[in-house]
Amino acid sequence: MVKVNGDYFNIAGKTLAEYLDTTSYDCKRIAVEHNGEIVPKIQYSQTVLHDDDSIEIVSFVGGG
Amino acid sequence: MHTIPTKEHMRQALVARHGETLQSKFERSVVAICGLGGLGSNIAISLARAGIGKLILIDFDRVDISNLHRQQYKVNQIGQYKTDALAENLKEISPYLLIEKHTTRIDENNFYSLLADADIICEAFDNAEAKAMLVNNVLENMPETYLVAASGMAGLDSANTIKTRKITQKFYLCGDGVSDVADDIGLVSSRVMLCAAHQAHMALRILAGENQA
Repeated sequence: MVKVNGDYFNIAGKTLAEYLDTTSYDCKRIAVEHNGEIVPKIQYSQTVLHDDDSIEIVSFVGGG
Repeated sequence: MHTIPTKEHMRQALVARHGETLQSKFERSVVAICGLGGLGSNIAISLARAGIGKLILIDFDRVDISNLHRQQYKVNQIGQYKTDALAENLKEISPYLLIEKHTTRIDENNFYSLLADADIICEAFDNAEAKAMLVNNVLENMPETYLVAASGMAGLDSANTIKTRKITQKFYLCGDGVSDVADDIGLVSSRVMLCAAHQAHMALRILAGENQA
């Protein structure tokens, strides 16, 4: 299981890009941390998620 | 007509509040503020009052009448560049503050040269895609620099939902995470100020060596 923003999902084996495609996140409005490190945008499609990984997706909304 | 206090007199007033050790840390520090709207103008004023040594102010825009409901500008500054108007206002509060102004739009080509000297970067844009662009570029390319960003401070929801979270070792995020300016009634001065205060406060905590949100 992979921990995503505190909840567990059965997505081990998928790449980050494949997982994000199954969600409603807008890739132009997010930053993704994977096991404590930020994932560069160009590496989303090469970053494979493993069991016990933890990711945090920060999704920005407008206003400031 | 008032005489402006000397630099030493103003420093002694800050040392009397903060102590010599903390004030020395604050005055040696450089904080960059990216976007000088409701967040950025309020962050700047908090940091100037605290005696930060130098602020890097970056915004491409001019003061508009529609900004006055939440941004720290005055009616007689409508039409001025925000960099110039905010620098004027900050100098009235803290005359010896060092200010570096950049009247330009930050993008993926110029962010590094604009921000390289900063100890801490405050992301204070209003556009969600611009926020994500800056955050991703800073985190990918400037691993030594602290970043304090904001997301979700629109509307009249409770003040108590605005929080500071630590996302990675040097990346902090303030706001409620969900209140989009596109929804509901837009931005309200008091709630934007709360979020700006979280950002400014986190910057001061980092400089003081307190790394937890």
